[in-house]
Amino acid sequence: MSAADIYKEIILDYYRNPRNFGRLELFDIASHDTNPLCGDEVDIQIKVGDGKTIEEIKFFGKGCAISLASASMLTELAKGKDLEWVKQLSKEDILKMLGSPELGPSRIKCALLGMKVLKTGVYGYLGAKLENSED
Amino acid sequence: MVQSESLDLEKVRADFPILKRKVHGKKLVYFDNAATTQKPRQVIDALSEYYSNYNANVHRSAHTLGEEATEAYESAREKVARFVGASAKELVFTRGTTEATNLVRFAWGERFVKRGDTLVTTLMEHHSNIVPWQLLAKQKGASLKFVGLEPDGSLDMASFESLLKESPSLVALTHCSNVLGTINDVARLCAMSKKAGARTIVDAAQSVPHMPVDFSRIGCDFFAFSGHKMLGPTGIGALVGKKDLMEEMDPFQGGGEMIREVFQDHSTWNDVPFKFEAGTANIADAIGLGAAADYLSSLGMEAVREHEVALLKYALASLSKVKGFHLYGPAGEGRRGGVLSFNLADIHAHDLATILDDDGIAIRAGHHCAQPLMKWLGVPATSRASFYIYNSYDDVDALAAGLEKARRIFKA
Repeated sequence: MSAADIYKEIILDYYRNPRNFGRLELFDIASHDTNPLCGDEVDIQIKVGDGKTIEEIKFFGKGCAISLASASMLTELAKGKDLEWVKQLSKEDILKMLGSPELGPSRIKCALLGMKVLKTGVYGYLGAKLENSED
Repeated sequence: MVQSESLDLEKVRADFPILKRKVHGKKLVYFDNAATTQKPRQVIDALSEYYSNYNANVHRSAHTLGEEATEAYESAREKVARFVGASAKELVFTRGTTEATNLVRFAWGERFVKRGDTLVTTLMEHHSNIVPWQLLAKQKGASLKFVGLEPDGSLDMASFESLLKESPSLVALTHCSNVLGTINDVARLCAMSKKAGARTIVDAAQSVPHMPVDFSRIGCDFFAFSGHKMLGPTGIGALVGKKDLMEEMDPFQGGGEMIREVFQDHSTWNDVPFKFEAGTANIADAIGLGAAADYLSSLGMEAVREHEVALLKYALASLSKVKGFHLYGPAGEGRRGGVLSFNLADIHAHDLATILDDDGIAIRAGHHCAQPLMKWLGVPATSRASFYIYNSYDDVDALAAGLEKARRIFKA
Protein backbone atom coordinates (compact mmCIF):
# COMPACT_ATOMS: atom_id res chain seq x y z
CA MET A 1 0.00 0.00 0.00
CA SER A 2 1.51 3.32 -1.00
CA ALA A 3 1.30 6.53 1.01
CA ALA A 4 -1.32 7.98 -1.31
CA ASP A 5 -3.59 5.00 -0.61
CA ILE A 6 -4.27 6.41 2.83
CA TYR A 7 -6.77 8.81 1.27
CA LYS A 8 -9.67 6.44 1.47
CA GLU A 9 -13.30 7.44 1.82
CA ILE A 10 -13.17 7.12 5.59
CA ILE A 11 -10.12 9.37 6.08
CA LEU A 12 -11.58 12.02 3.79
CA ASP A 13 -14.87 11.78 5.64
CA TYR A 14 -13.15 12.39 8.99
CA TYR A 15 -11.17 15.26 7.42
CA ARG A 16 -14.26 17.02 6.11
CA ASN A 17 -16.67 16.02 8.90
CA PRO A 18 -14.49 15.54 11.93
CA ARG A 19 -16.23 13.82 14.88
CA ASN A 20 -15.82 15.39 18.31
CA PHE A 21 -14.62 18.62 16.71
CA GLY A 22 -15.11 21.67 18.90
CA ARG A 23 -14.63 22.80 22.46
CA LEU A 24 -15.94 21.68 25.84
CA GLU A 25 -17.46 24.18 28.22
CA LEU A 26 -16.06 22.41 31.24
CA PHE A 27 -12.86 20.45 31.03
CA ASP A 28 -10.12 19.14 33.31
CA ILE A 29 -7.44 18.65 30.67
CA ALA A 30 -6.46 20.98 27.86
CA SER A 31 -3.51 20.20 25.68
CA HIS A 32 -2.09 21.79 22.54
CA ASP A 33 0.76 21.05 20.19
CA THR A 34 1.93 21.87 16.70
CA ASN A 35 4.00 20.11 14.11
CA PRO A 36 6.59 22.82 13.42
CA LEU A 37 7.54 21.15 10.15
CA CYS A 38 4.19 21.80 8.52
CA GLY A 39 2.30 24.03 10.95
CA ASP A 40 -0.41 21.51 11.77
CA GLU A 41 -2.10 22.30 15.09
CA VAL A 42 -4.20 20.12 17.37
CA ASP A 43 -5.91 20.99 20.67
CA ILE A 44 -7.62 18.38 22.83
CA GLN A 45 -9.92 19.01 25.82
CA ILE A 46 -11.08 16.32 28.23
CA LYS A 47 -13.62 16.20 31.02
CA VAL A 48 -12.47 13.56 33.50
CA GLY A 49 -15.01 11.41 35.33
CA ASP A 50 -14.27 9.99 38.80
CA GLY A 51 -10.72 11.27 38.45
CA LYS A 52 -9.92 8.44 36.08
CA THR A 53 -12.06 8.11 32.95
CA ILE A 54 -12.33 10.16 29.77
CA GLU A 55 -15.95 11.23 30.15
CA GLU A 56 -16.02 13.90 27.42
CA ILE A 57 -13.41 14.64 24.78
CA LYS A 58 -13.25 17.22 22.00
CA PHE A 59 -10.56 18.41 19.67
CA PHE A 60 -9.99 21.31 17.32
CA GLY A 61 -7.17 22.43 15.09
CA LYS A 62 -6.05 22.85 11.53
CA GLY A 63 -3.94 20.68 9.34
CA CYS A 64 -3.81 18.02 6.70
CA ALA A 65 -6.28 15.18 6.23
CA ILE A 66 -3.98 12.74 8.00
CA SER A 67 -3.47 14.79 11.16
CA LEU A 68 -7.11 15.87 11.49
CA ALA A 69 -8.64 12.48 10.68
CA SER A 70 -6.20 10.78 13.01
CA ALA A 71 -6.98 13.17 15.88
CA SER A 72 -10.71 12.83 15.31
CA MET A 73 -10.66 9.02 15.17
CA LEU A 74 -8.52 8.98 18.29
CA THR A 75 -11.04 11.02 20.27
CA GLU A 76 -13.73 8.48 19.33
CA LEU A 77 -11.50 5.66 20.43
CA ALA A 78 -10.57 7.40 23.69
CA LYS A 79 -14.05 8.38 24.82
CA GLY A 80 -15.10 6.34 27.87
CA LYS A 81 -11.64 4.83 28.32
CA ASP A 82 -9.58 4.94 31.48
CA LEU A 83 -6.83 7.58 31.55
CA GLU A 84 -4.35 4.71 32.12
CA TRP A 85 -5.33 3.41 28.67
CA VAL A 86 -3.75 6.51 27.10
CA LYS A 87 -0.40 5.51 28.59
CA GLN A 88 -0.46 2.23 26.67
CA LEU A 89 -1.23 3.85 23.31
CA SER A 90 1.50 3.30 20.76
CA LYS A 91 2.44 4.44 17.28
CA GLU A 92 1.34 1.01 16.04
CA ASP A 93 -2.15 1.50 17.48
CA ILE A 94 -2.55 4.77 15.59
CA LEU A 95 -1.30 3.34 12.30
CA LYS A 96 -3.65 0.38 12.71
CA MET A 97 -6.51 2.77 13.38
CA LEU A 98 -5.68 4.54 10.08
CA GLY A 99 -5.62 1.28 8.12
CA SER A 100 -1.86 0.66 8.24
CA PRO A 101 -0.70 3.09 5.55
CA GLU A 102 2.97 3.24 4.55
CA LEU A 103 3.85 6.72 5.71
CA GLY A 104 7.28 8.30 5.35
CA PRO A 105 8.98 9.86 8.39
CA SER A 106 7.54 13.33 7.74
CA ARG A 107 3.93 12.20 7.31
CA ILE A 108 4.11 9.86 10.32
CA LYS A 109 4.42 13.00 12.44
CA CYS A 110 1.07 14.21 11.05
CA ALA A 111 -0.54 10.88 11.93
CA LEU A 112 0.85 10.93 15.47
CA LEU A 113 0.18 14.58 16.37
CA GLY A 114 -3.20 13.82 17.99
CA MET A 115 -1.72 11.04 20.11
CA LYS A 116 1.11 13.31 21.21
CA VAL A 117 -1.37 16.00 22.31
CA LEU A 118 -3.54 13.45 24.11
CA LYS A 119 -0.61 11.88 25.94
CA THR A 120 0.87 15.26 26.94
CA GLY A 121 -2.48 16.32 28.41
CA VAL A 122 -3.15 13.07 30.25
CA TYR A 123 0.39 12.75 31.61
CA GLY A 124 0.22 16.34 32.83
CA TYR A 125 -3.10 15.66 34.58
CA LEU A 126 -1.94 12.42 36.19
CA GLY A 127 1.35 14.05 37.24
CA ALA A 128 -0.41 16.97 38.89
CA LYS A 129 -2.81 14.57 40.63
CA LEU A 130 0.11 12.58 41.99
CA GLU A 131 1.80 15.73 43.27
CA ASN A 132 -1.37 16.90 45.02
CA SER A 133 -1.84 13.54 46.70
CA GLU A 134 1.71 13.71 48.06
CA ASP A 135 1.18 17.16 49.62
CA MET B 1 7.30 18.01 -27.76
CA VAL B 2 7.16 21.79 -27.91
CA GLN B 3 9.83 23.45 -25.82
CA SER B 4 11.22 26.88 -25.18
CA GLU B 5 14.20 27.39 -27.44
CA SER B 6 16.45 29.30 -25.11
CA LEU B 7 18.13 26.14 -23.79
CA ASP B 8 19.08 22.83 -25.37
CA LEU B 9 16.99 20.91 -22.89
CA GLU B 10 18.09 17.44 -23.88
CA LYS B 11 21.73 18.39 -23.51
CA VAL B 12 21.10 20.09 -20.18
CA ARG B 13 19.14 17.13 -18.80
CA ALA B 14 21.91 14.72 -19.80
CA ASP B 15 24.27 16.62 -17.47
CA PHE B 16 22.18 15.73 -14.38
CA PRO B 17 22.70 12.12 -13.30
CA ILE B 18 19.84 12.27 -10.77
CA LEU B 19 17.26 12.85 -13.51
CA LYS B 20 17.75 9.23 -14.56
CA ARG B 21 16.42 7.86 -11.30
CA LYS B 22 12.89 6.67 -10.72
CA VAL B 23 10.73 7.59 -7.73
CA HIS B 24 8.03 5.05 -6.88
CA GLY B 25 8.71 3.59 -10.32
CA LYS B 26 8.00 6.90 -12.06
CA LYS B 27 10.24 9.36 -13.84
CA LEU B 28 11.46 12.01 -11.38
CA VAL B 29 9.80 15.39 -11.89
CA TYR B 30 11.73 17.74 -9.65
CA PHE B 31 9.91 20.95 -8.79
CA ASP B 32 11.52 21.77 -5.44
CA ASN B 33 14.25 23.96 -6.89
CA ALA B 34 13.59 26.94 -4.62
CA ALA B 35 14.58 24.65 -1.74
CA THR B 36 17.64 23.20 -3.44
CA THR B 37 18.61 22.39 -7.01
CA GLN B 38 20.06 19.22 -8.49
CA LYS B 39 23.74 19.06 -9.41
CA PRO B 40 25.25 18.62 -12.87
CA ARG B 41 28.06 16.16 -13.51
CA GLN B 42 30.46 19.10 -13.91
CA VAL B 43 29.94 20.15 -10.26
CA ILE B 44 30.09 16.60 -8.92
CA ASP B 45 33.32 16.04 -10.92
CA ALA B 46 34.89 19.24 -9.57
CA LEU B 47 34.37 18.02 -6.00
CA SER B 48 35.70 14.58 -6.74
CA GLU B 49 38.70 15.96 -8.62
CA TYR B 50 39.68 18.22 -5.73
CA TYR B 51 39.54 15.35 -3.23
CA SER B 52 41.21 12.89 -5.63
CA ASN B 53 43.99 15.09 -7.03
CA TYR B 54 44.88 18.18 -5.03
CA ASN B 55 43.27 18.09 -1.59
CA ALA B 56 45.26 20.42 0.69
CA ASN B 57 44.69 23.41 2.95
CA VAL B 58 44.70 26.82 1.31
CA HIS B 59 46.82 29.97 1.77
CA ARG B 60 49.45 28.43 4.05
CA SER B 61 51.06 25.44 2.41
CA ALA B 62 54.17 25.94 0.29
CA HIS B 63 53.88 22.54 -1.36
CA THR B 64 52.44 21.74 -4.78
CA LEU B 65 49.07 20.48 -3.58
CA GLY B 66 48.65 23.49 -1.30
CA GLU B 67 49.41 25.86 -4.14
CA GLU B 68 47.01 24.10 -6.49
CA ALA B 69 44.24 24.13 -3.88
CA THR B 70 44.80 27.83 -3.14
CA GLU B 71 44.77 28.64 -6.82
CA ALA B 72 41.51 26.70 -7.36
CA TYR B 73 39.83 28.19 -4.27
CA GLU B 74 40.73 31.77 -5.19
CA SER B 75 39.83 31.22 -8.81
CA ALA B 76 36.41 29.95 -7.62
CA ARG B 77 36.02 33.21 -5.68
CA GLU B 78 36.78 35.15 -8.86
CA LYS B 79 34.33 33.12 -10.96
CA VAL B 80 31.52 33.47 -8.44
CA ALA B 81 32.18 37.19 -7.97
CA ARG B 82 32.22 37.79 -11.72
CA PHE B 83 28.99 35.81 -12.01
CA VAL B 84 27.19 38.33 -9.78
CA GLY B 85 28.95 41.46 -11.01
CA ALA B 86 31.17 41.88 -7.97
CA SER B 87 34.91 41.99 -7.37
CA ALA B 88 36.59 38.99 -5.75
CA LYS B 89 37.88 41.29 -3.00
CA GLU B 90 34.34 41.97 -1.82
CA LEU B 91 33.11 38.36 -1.82
CA VAL B 92 33.19 36.40 1.43
CA PHE B 93 32.45 32.69 1.27
CA THR B 94 29.86 31.68 3.87
CA ARG B 95 27.84 28.53 4.54
CA GLY B 96 24.95 30.09 2.67
CA THR B 97 22.52 32.99 2.76
CA THR B 98 21.66 32.48 6.42
CA GLU B 99 25.27 32.66 7.55
CA ALA B 100 25.73 35.72 5.35
CA THR B 101 22.86 37.65 6.97
CA ASN B 102 24.09 36.57 10.39
CA LEU B 103 27.59 37.75 9.52
CA VAL B 104 26.14 41.20 8.82
CA ARG B 105 24.16 41.07 12.05
CA PHE B 106 27.31 40.50 14.10
CA ALA B 107 30.12 42.17 12.16
CA TRP B 108 28.16 45.24 11.08
CA GLY B 109 25.20 45.32 13.49
CA GLU B 110 27.18 45.04 16.73
CA ARG B 111 29.15 48.14 15.86
CA PHE B 112 26.74 50.30 13.91
CA VAL B 113 23.24 49.70 15.29
CA LYS B 114 22.31 51.81 18.32
CA ARG B 115 19.53 51.81 20.91
CA GLY B 116 16.35 53.30 19.49
CA ASP B 117 17.31 52.59 15.85
CA THR B 118 14.77 51.28 13.37
CA LEU B 119 15.50 48.24 11.22
CA VAL B 120 13.23 47.57 8.26
CA THR B 121 12.42 44.30 6.55
CA THR B 122 9.38 43.17 4.54
CA LEU B 123 6.49 40.75 5.02
CA MET B 124 7.65 38.62 2.11
CA GLU B 125 11.04 37.67 3.58
CA HIS B 126 12.45 34.25 4.27
CA HIS B 127 13.17 33.70 7.98
CA SER B 128 16.89 34.16 7.20
CA ASN B 129 16.21 37.82 6.45
CA ILE B 130 13.93 38.34 9.48
CA VAL B 131 15.25 36.46 12.48
CA PRO B 132 18.83 37.87 12.48
CA TRP B 133 17.36 41.39 12.55
CA GLN B 134 14.88 40.42 15.26
CA LEU B 135 17.79 39.20 17.38
CA LEU B 136 19.85 42.29 16.60
CA ALA B 137 16.94 44.60 17.46
CA LYS B 138 16.38 42.82 20.75
CA GLN B 139 20.04 42.93 21.67
CA LYS B 140 20.43 46.61 20.82
CA GLY B 141 17.07 47.94 21.95
CA ALA B 142 16.22 48.79 18.35
CA SER B 143 12.89 48.07 16.68
CA LEU B 144 12.20 45.91 13.65
CA LYS B 145 9.41 47.03 11.32
CA PHE B 146 7.83 45.29 8.34
CA VAL B 147 6.95 46.77 4.97
CA GLY B 148 3.45 45.58 4.06
CA LEU B 149 2.24 44.03 0.82
CA GLU B 150 -0.31 44.84 -1.85
CA PRO B 151 -3.14 42.31 -2.28
CA ASP B 152 -1.30 40.77 -5.27
CA GLY B 153 1.81 40.13 -3.17
CA SER B 154 3.93 42.98 -4.43
CA LEU B 155 5.56 45.43 -2.04
CA ASP B 156 3.32 48.19 -0.69
CA MET B 157 5.29 51.28 -1.74
CA ALA B 158 3.34 53.63 0.52
CA SER B 159 4.25 51.49 3.50
CA PHE B 160 7.88 51.35 2.31
CA GLU B 161 8.13 55.10 1.92
CA SER B 162 6.53 55.79 5.27
CA LEU B 163 9.04 53.49 7.01
CA LEU B 164 11.91 55.25 5.23
CA LYS B 165 10.74 58.46 6.90
CA GLU B 166 11.76 56.92 10.21
CA SER B 167 15.39 57.02 9.00
CA PRO B 168 16.09 53.31 9.49
CA SER B 169 19.70 52.21 9.93
CA LEU B 170 19.10 49.07 7.86
CA VAL B 171 16.72 48.00 5.10
CA ALA B 172 16.69 44.23 4.47
CA LEU B 173 14.95 43.17 1.25
CA THR B 174 14.52 40.09 -0.84
CA HIS B 175 15.23 40.31 -4.56
CA CYS B 176 12.75 37.54 -5.33
CA SER B 177 10.25 36.03 -2.88
CA ASN B 178 10.72 32.30 -2.33
CA VAL B 179 6.95 31.94 -1.86
CA LEU B 180 5.18 34.47 -4.05
CA GLY B 181 7.86 34.70 -6.70
CA THR B 182 7.53 38.49 -6.58
CA ILE B 183 10.56 40.20 -8.13
CA ASN B 184 11.37 43.43 -6.34
CA ASP B 185 12.95 46.37 -8.10
CA VAL B 186 15.84 46.28 -5.65
CA ALA B 187 17.96 48.86 -7.46
CA ARG B 188 15.21 51.45 -7.01
CA LEU B 189 14.39 50.38 -3.46
CA CYS B 190 18.06 50.46 -2.45
CA ALA B 191 18.53 53.93 -3.97
CA MET B 192 15.55 55.19 -1.97
CA SER B 193 16.85 53.54 1.20
CA LYS B 194 20.32 54.99 0.68
CA LYS B 195 18.81 58.45 0.30
CA ALA B 196 17.05 57.92 3.63
CA GLY B 197 20.44 57.13 5.19
CA ALA B 198 19.97 53.37 5.53
CA ARG B 199 22.38 50.55 4.84
CA THR B 200 20.86 47.90 2.60
CA ILE B 201 21.07 44.14 2.40
CA VAL B 202 19.52 42.19 -0.46
CA ASP B 203 18.63 38.51 -0.12
CA ALA B 204 19.49 37.27 -3.60
CA ALA B 205 19.10 33.54 -2.86
CA GLN B 206 16.18 33.21 -5.31
CA SER B 207 17.42 35.64 -7.96
CA VAL B 208 21.11 34.84 -8.53
CA PRO B 209 20.35 31.26 -9.67
CA HIS B 210 17.56 32.26 -12.03
CA MET B 211 18.22 35.58 -13.76
CA PRO B 212 21.03 37.97 -14.64
CA VAL B 213 21.96 39.75 -11.40
CA ASP B 214 24.57 42.45 -10.99
CA PHE B 215 25.65 43.50 -7.48
CA SER B 216 27.21 46.77 -8.58
CA ARG B 217 24.09 47.81 -10.49
CA ILE B 218 21.76 47.04 -7.59
CA GLY B 219 23.79 49.43 -5.48
CA CYS B 220 23.14 47.71 -2.15
CA ASP B 221 25.67 47.54 0.67
CA PHE B 222 25.33 43.78 1.20
CA PHE B 223 24.07 40.97 -0.93
CA ALA B 224 23.70 37.30 0.03
CA PHE B 225 23.06 34.04 -1.81
CA SER B 226 23.42 30.26 -1.49
CA GLY B 227 25.38 27.88 -3.70
CA HIS B 228 23.08 24.88 -3.40
CA LYS B 229 20.18 26.79 -4.97
CA MET B 230 22.29 27.41 -8.11
CA LEU B 231 23.56 23.89 -8.93
CA GLY B 232 26.38 24.10 -6.37
CA PRO B 233 27.04 22.02 -3.26
CA THR B 234 25.33 22.59 0.09
CA GLY B 235 27.29 24.39 2.78
CA ILE B 236 28.66 27.13 0.55
CA GLY B 237 27.32 30.55 -0.35
CA ALA B 238 28.47 34.11 -0.26
CA LEU B 239 28.15 37.53 1.24
CA VAL B 240 29.11 40.34 -1.10
CA GLY B 241 29.67 43.72 0.52
CA LYS B 242 31.01 47.16 -0.29
CA LYS B 243 34.71 46.95 0.35
CA ASP B 244 35.13 50.16 2.36
CA LEU B 245 32.24 49.23 4.62
CA MET B 246 33.56 45.71 5.18
CA GLU B 247 36.92 47.18 6.13
CA GLU B 248 35.30 49.25 8.87
CA MET B 249 33.46 46.24 10.25
CA ASP B 250 34.54 44.00 13.09
CA PRO B 251 35.42 40.37 12.39
CA PHE B 252 32.64 37.76 12.51
CA GLN B 253 34.32 34.73 14.04
CA GLY B 254 37.82 34.65 15.51
CA GLY B 255 40.43 32.02 14.75
CA GLY B 256 42.90 31.02 12.09
CA GLU B 257 43.02 32.57 8.62
CA MET B 258 41.20 35.76 9.63
CA ILE B 259 44.18 37.25 11.53
CA ARG B 260 47.28 39.13 10.46
CA GLU B 261 49.16 38.93 13.77
CA VAL B 262 48.23 37.47 17.13
CA PHE B 263 49.74 38.66 20.43
CA GLN B 264 48.85 37.61 23.95
CA ASP B 265 46.72 40.67 24.53
CA HIS B 266 45.37 41.52 21.06
CA SER B 267 45.29 40.60 17.39
CA THR B 268 45.21 42.39 14.09
CA TRP B 269 43.02 41.36 11.21
CA ASN B 270 43.66 39.97 7.77
CA ASP B 271 42.40 41.87 4.71
CA VAL B 272 38.81 41.66 3.50
CA PRO B 273 37.46 39.11 2.55
CA PHE B 274 39.77 36.84 4.60
CA LYS B 275 38.98 38.80 7.78
CA PHE B 276 35.54 37.18 7.66
CA GLU B 277 36.64 33.64 6.81
CA ALA B 278 37.87 32.20 10.10
CA GLY B 279 39.10 28.63 10.16
CA THR B 280 39.82 26.29 7.28
CA ALA B 281 37.54 27.26 4.43
CA ASN B 282 35.01 24.97 2.81
CA ILE B 283 37.49 24.54 -0.02
CA ALA B 284 35.86 21.71 -1.98
CA ASP B 285 32.41 23.24 -1.99
CA ALA B 286 33.74 26.66 -2.98
CA ILE B 287 35.44 24.99 -5.95
CA GLY B 288 32.15 23.20 -6.68
CA LEU B 289 30.31 26.52 -6.59
CA GLY B 290 32.87 27.92 -9.04
CA ALA B 291 32.04 25.02 -11.37
CA ALA B 292 28.32 25.79 -10.97
CA ALA B 293 28.91 29.44 -11.89
CA ASP B 294 30.86 28.26 -14.96
CA TYR B 295 28.03 25.95 -15.93
CA LEU B 296 25.37 28.67 -15.64
CA SER B 297 27.59 31.19 -17.45
CA SER B 298 27.98 28.76 -20.33
CA LEU B 299 24.19 28.58 -20.66
CA GLY B 300 23.86 32.34 -20.23
CA MET B 301 21.63 33.78 -17.52
CA GLU B 302 19.42 35.54 -20.06
CA ALA B 303 18.67 32.14 -21.56
CA VAL B 304 18.03 30.65 -18.12
CA ARG B 305 15.51 33.38 -17.35
CA GLU B 306 13.85 33.03 -20.77
CA HIS B 307 13.49 29.29 -20.22
CA GLU B 308 11.82 29.85 -16.84
CA VAL B 309 9.53 32.56 -18.21
CA ALA B 310 8.43 30.14 -20.94
CA LEU B 311 7.78 27.44 -18.33
CA LEU B 312 5.87 29.92 -16.15
CA LYS B 313 3.70 31.00 -19.04
CA TYR B 314 2.97 27.39 -19.97
CA ALA B 315 2.32 26.39 -16.34
CA LEU B 316 0.08 29.37 -15.54
CA ALA B 317 -2.06 28.55 -18.58
CA SER B 318 -2.24 24.84 -17.90
CA LEU B 319 -2.59 24.77 -14.11
CA SER B 320 -5.18 27.51 -13.91
CA LYS B 321 -7.48 25.20 -15.90
CA VAL B 322 -7.48 22.74 -13.00
CA LYS B 323 -10.68 23.29 -11.01
CA GLY B 324 -9.97 24.66 -7.53
CA PHE B 325 -6.43 25.85 -8.40
CA HIS B 326 -5.70 28.99 -6.40
CA LEU B 327 -2.47 30.86 -7.15
CA TYR B 328 -0.70 33.27 -4.76
CA GLY B 329 1.48 36.17 -5.84
CA PRO B 330 1.58 38.56 -8.77
CA ALA B 331 -0.15 37.55 -11.97
CA GLY B 332 1.86 37.46 -15.18
CA GLU B 333 5.19 35.77 -15.74
CA GLY B 334 7.10 39.03 -16.24
CA ARG B 335 6.85 40.11 -12.61
CA ARG B 336 7.69 36.85 -10.94
CA GLY B 337 10.48 34.33 -10.69
CA GLY B 338 9.97 30.67 -11.53
CA VAL B 339 8.05 29.97 -8.34
CA LEU B 340 4.36 29.04 -8.13
CA SER B 341 2.70 28.88 -4.73
CA PHE B 342 -0.82 27.57 -4.77
CA ASN B 343 -3.52 25.61 -3.05
CA LEU B 344 -5.94 23.18 -4.62
CA ALA B 345 -9.57 23.21 -3.41
CA ASP B 346 -9.73 22.11 0.25
CA ILE B 347 -6.78 19.74 -0.09
CA HIS B 348 -4.06 20.50 2.42
CA ALA B 349 -0.62 21.12 0.87
CA HIS B 350 0.89 18.12 2.67
CA ASP B 351 -1.74 15.75 1.37
CA LEU B 352 -1.21 17.09 -2.12
CA ALA B 353 2.57 16.64 -1.85
CA THR B 354 2.07 13.03 -0.74
CA ILE B 355 -0.23 12.26 -3.67
CA LEU B 356 2.15 13.90 -6.17
CA ASP B 357 5.16 12.10 -4.70
CA ASP B 358 3.46 8.84 -5.50
CA ASP B 359 3.86 9.81 -9.15
CA GLY B 360 7.48 10.87 -8.76
CA ILE B 361 6.64 14.59 -8.61
CA ALA B 362 8.56 16.52 -5.96
CA ILE B 363 6.97 19.78 -4.79
CA ARG B 364 7.26 21.65 -1.52
CA ALA B 365 4.41 21.87 0.97
CA GLY B 366 4.42 24.01 4.08
CA HIS B 367 5.25 27.49 5.26
CA HIS B 368 8.47 27.78 3.19
CA CYS B 369 10.37 29.41 6.08
CA ALA B 370 8.16 32.48 5.70
CA GLN B 371 5.63 32.30 8.54
CA PRO B 372 4.85 36.06 8.70
CA LEU B 373 3.96 35.84 5.00
CA MET B 374 1.74 32.76 5.59
CA LYS B 375 -0.13 34.69 8.30
CA TRP B 376 -0.59 37.55 5.83
CA LEU B 377 -1.91 35.13 3.20
CA GLY B 378 -4.20 33.68 5.86
CA VAL B 379 -3.26 30.09 5.13
CA PRO B 380 -1.31 27.61 7.25
CA ALA B 381 0.55 26.24 4.26
CA THR B 382 0.83 26.36 0.49
CA SER B 383 2.10 24.00 -2.16
CA ARG B 384 5.00 25.32 -4.16
CA ALA B 385 6.36 24.26 -7.52
CA SER B 386 9.62 25.96 -8.47
CA PHE B 387 11.37 25.62 -11.81
CA TYR B 388 14.88 25.31 -13.08
CA ILE B 389 16.90 24.75 -16.23
CA TYR B 390 16.17 21.02 -16.52
CA ASN B 391 12.38 21.28 -16.20
CA SER B 392 10.31 20.73 -19.32
CA TYR B 393 6.76 21.29 -20.50
CA ASP B 394 6.33 17.54 -19.99
CA ASP B 395 7.12 18.08 -16.31
CA VAL B 396 4.40 20.74 -16.13
CA ASP B 397 1.96 18.35 -17.85
CA ALA B 398 2.81 15.71 -15.24
CA LEU B 399 2.08 18.22 -12.48
CA ALA B 400 -1.25 19.19 -14.04
CA ALA B 401 -2.19 15.51 -14.32
CA GLY B 402 -1.12 15.02 -10.69
CA LEU B 403 -3.40 17.83 -9.56
CA GLU B 404 -6.33 16.28 -11.43
CA LYS B 405 -5.55 12.96 -9.77
CA ALA B 406 -5.51 14.61 -6.34
CA ARG B 407 -8.89 16.16 -7.08
CA ARG B 408 -10.27 12.74 -8.01
CA ILE B 409 -8.89 11.11 -4.86
CA PHE B 410 -10.24 13.90 -2.67
CA LYS B 411 -13.44 14.20 -4.68
CA ALA B 412 -12.73 17.91 -4.60
